[in-house]
This record gives sequence, C-alpha cells and structure tokens, in this order.
Amino acid sequence: MTTTPAADTVPTAAALALGDDALVLSHRLGEWAGHAPVLEEEVALANIALDLLGQARVLLSMAGDEDELAFLREERAFRNLQLVEQPGGDFAHTIARQLYFSVYQHLLHDRLASGDGPFAPLAGKAVKEAAYHRDHAEQWTLRLGDGTDESHARMQRAVDALWRFTGEMFQPVEGIDGVDWPALERDWLGVIEDVLGRATLTVPDGPRTGAWRAGAGRQGLHTEPFGRMLAEMQHLHRSHPGATW
Amino acid sequence: MVTTTPLEEQLLELAGSVPDPELPVLTLRELGVVRAVRAHGTDSVEVDLTPTYTGCPAVEVMSLDIERVLREHGVREVTVRTVLAPAWSTDDITDEGRRKLREFGIAPPRTVAASGPVRVELGPTRTRDGDSADGTREPILCPHCGSPETELLSRFSSTACKALRRCLACREPFDHFKEL
Repeated sequence: MTTTPAADTVPTAAALALGDDALVLSHRLGEWAGHAPVLEEEVALANIALDLLGQARVLLSMAGDEDELAFLREERAFRNLQLVEQPGGDFAHTIARQLYFSVYQHLLHDRLASGDGPFAPLAGKAVKEAAYHRDHAEQWTLRLGDGTDESHARMQRAVDALWRFTGEMFQPVEGIDGVDWPALERDWLGVIEDVLGRATLTVPDGPRTGAWRAGAGRQGLHTEPFGRMLAEMQHLHRSHPGATW
Repeated sequence: MVTTTPLEEQLLELAGSVPDPELPVLTLRELGVVRAVRAHGTDSVEVDLTPTYTGCPAVEVMSLDIERVLREHGVREVTVRTVLAPAWSTDDITDEGRRKLREFGIAPPRTVAASGPVRVELGPTRTRDGDSADGTREPILCPHCGSPETELLSRFSSTACKALRRCLACREPFDHFKEL
C-alpha cells in the first residue's frame, strides 16, 4: 500500500543500506524492552525503535518484499553500518551509539529531504524523527558525561569503544547522489565535538576505521555479535514460515 | 491544485469522518491525515492517507476503517495509498481538533516554528522546554486547569506522538501532543 517510486528508478543498494541501518538499530533498541533503567526510558527507546522500524519498512519496500528482506537474508546480504549492529552494552554504550547514529541520520536525511531523489519523501519525515532522537541522545550524553564519576567514566568508555565504527558512516553510498560526504563528515564531527565538550568528555583520537576496512558493513562484512542478533530476529519467521497473528 | 468533483468532496468528507483509532475523539480530517480522494467512475475510489510518524501502527487500522466506511456507502473498490510527502506536521491538526484534544485531557501541539533539532539545556529547566527557555514560545497549558506551570516528566509517552507532563498547579499528569 505504501507508495513507492517505480522499481527501475530506485537505487536498490542505497535503499538496502539505509533500510538495514534503520531495521538493525530498531531491533537493537527493542532489546531494552523490560531492561531499561527507568520506565520512561523504556518507553523512549521503544518509541525511537518504532520510528526506525517505520523508516525501515518504507525503505525495504522500495528494494523488494520487506518481510523477505528482513527475515530471509543471510548475514552477508545485510548492508547496515557496523555501528548499528553493536550490542547495547551498558546504558552508556546504547546512548553513545544513539548519539553517533542519530546525528549522522539527521544530517544525512536533512540533505536527502532537500533534494528531489527517490528518498526525498521518506527523508522529509525521517529528518523530523531523527531530530528528536538526536535531542534525546544529546541530553543523555550531557547527563551521563557531566554526572557522577561513575557515569562519566562509563560514558567516556562508551564513546571511545564505538569511535572506530564511525568512519564507515561517511563512505559514499552507491545510488545516493548529491550528498557531499566529506562535508557531512565535517558537520558530524562538529556536532559530536560540541556535545562531548559540553558533556565534559574527551573526543576520542584513535583511528575511526577499526581493524576492518572502513565501509565493511556496507559491503556485507559484519562483526561477530550481528550473527547472534540476526538469529534471534529471524528465528520466529524461519521456524514458522508464513505464520500470521 | 487538482479540481475535485462534488462526489469526491462527499467521499472526502466520509473518509475524513472516520475516528482516529488511538484518539477516537478526533476524526481523521481533524487530525489532518486524509490528503485526497479520487473517484474513478462511481464505484472505484482512491484515498491518499499520510502517517503522523513513519512507524505509526495506527495507519493500517485507519486504512481498514476508511475502506469499511466507503464500502458501507456503496463504493465497491477502495484503495488507500500511504503518501509521505509533503510530510505531516502537527500544524495540520485543525482548530476544532485542538479543542477536542484539550477537552479529552491532552494538551494540543503548539504551532511549529523553525524545524531542526531543539537545544535543551539541563539544570534549572524542569518546568521549561528548551524551546521556551528563550521566552519566545507560548507555554504548554494544563488541559485540566489551564495553568501554564507544567513540567516535563518524559519526552516519550503512551504513543510516539505524545510526551508526558505534569501540572504543578493541580498536580495532574497529562499527555502533550508534541510538535512535529
């Protein structure tokens, strides 16, 4: 029922890349249901996950059958960033992952929304949602970074640990035209430096490419925790093909 | 602007009269989500519906309800298309819709100013939204007693479109339809 541009005008690889980012992070955030530190935060993370799932459904539908793509692809066929597949860790890790991704997603969709490409309609909605996610992540980063000694230490550990996955975000995505990726990276760095600075955190200075070639997730190479996540996400659909509520 | 026929206007009114599944005090027209109705002949109709949030789970129920109502009025073939652009905004909620939300105990959204992320400072801002900290925006009024003294409890509430607040005057918690 969702209106999509004619199949031959949709860059499938790009729809998969953006759709898989949203789907995988949505699933990771959903893992907090029943485990978040406070009830309000549980609701918040579930709401953010719901926004991302909605975006994923639109994007994957542009690339093919959404259910088949989500539940029947093998790990190597997923095109999401390695950042979004990283486990939630402690709450600080989840917030650092949210901060890095939501700032990226907000800046990217802002650019896509102002163009006239196939992703502009979705980006016009997603940019508003990402702005709210970004605000949520920024507030928690400030609160944890500029909080107790314990929360500061944990937040610093989290931003350090996930830093190496951030370089991949600025590798040009095939099929997305009109985005100045180096400028996107500069803007992203500017925002992150500002937020971490206000949160009394140190901007990590290690390489942002990790042990893998940057862009590995976009090429189907994923980190170890992703396989286990996929097994859980796909288990029901694969065990009971065609099952409905 | 595409011209609409009297029949299409009538059908638009019918489709728009369907209550929102999550906020049944509002009709879909008052929520501003029914964009257009196109009639092809007399028994085939296409309805454009726009979601509030991309992941809003109510869209499927809305589609089914629209289909049902139109079928009950003799339309044989109903297609509901989800359209994303132009993106829905809380500014699309009608004045009547805002009044009904308030009566229902939900603080209606304020008019949306500039888009983009909102800077929110921590600290002595318990009763202020970041966007009202500069004093340029109207306060969010308690839908129960009308007091402007309200505090944010949680930026996310029972549905994606609402935030949870509490009135400092009457102490009642309430949902605020957040601006989008």
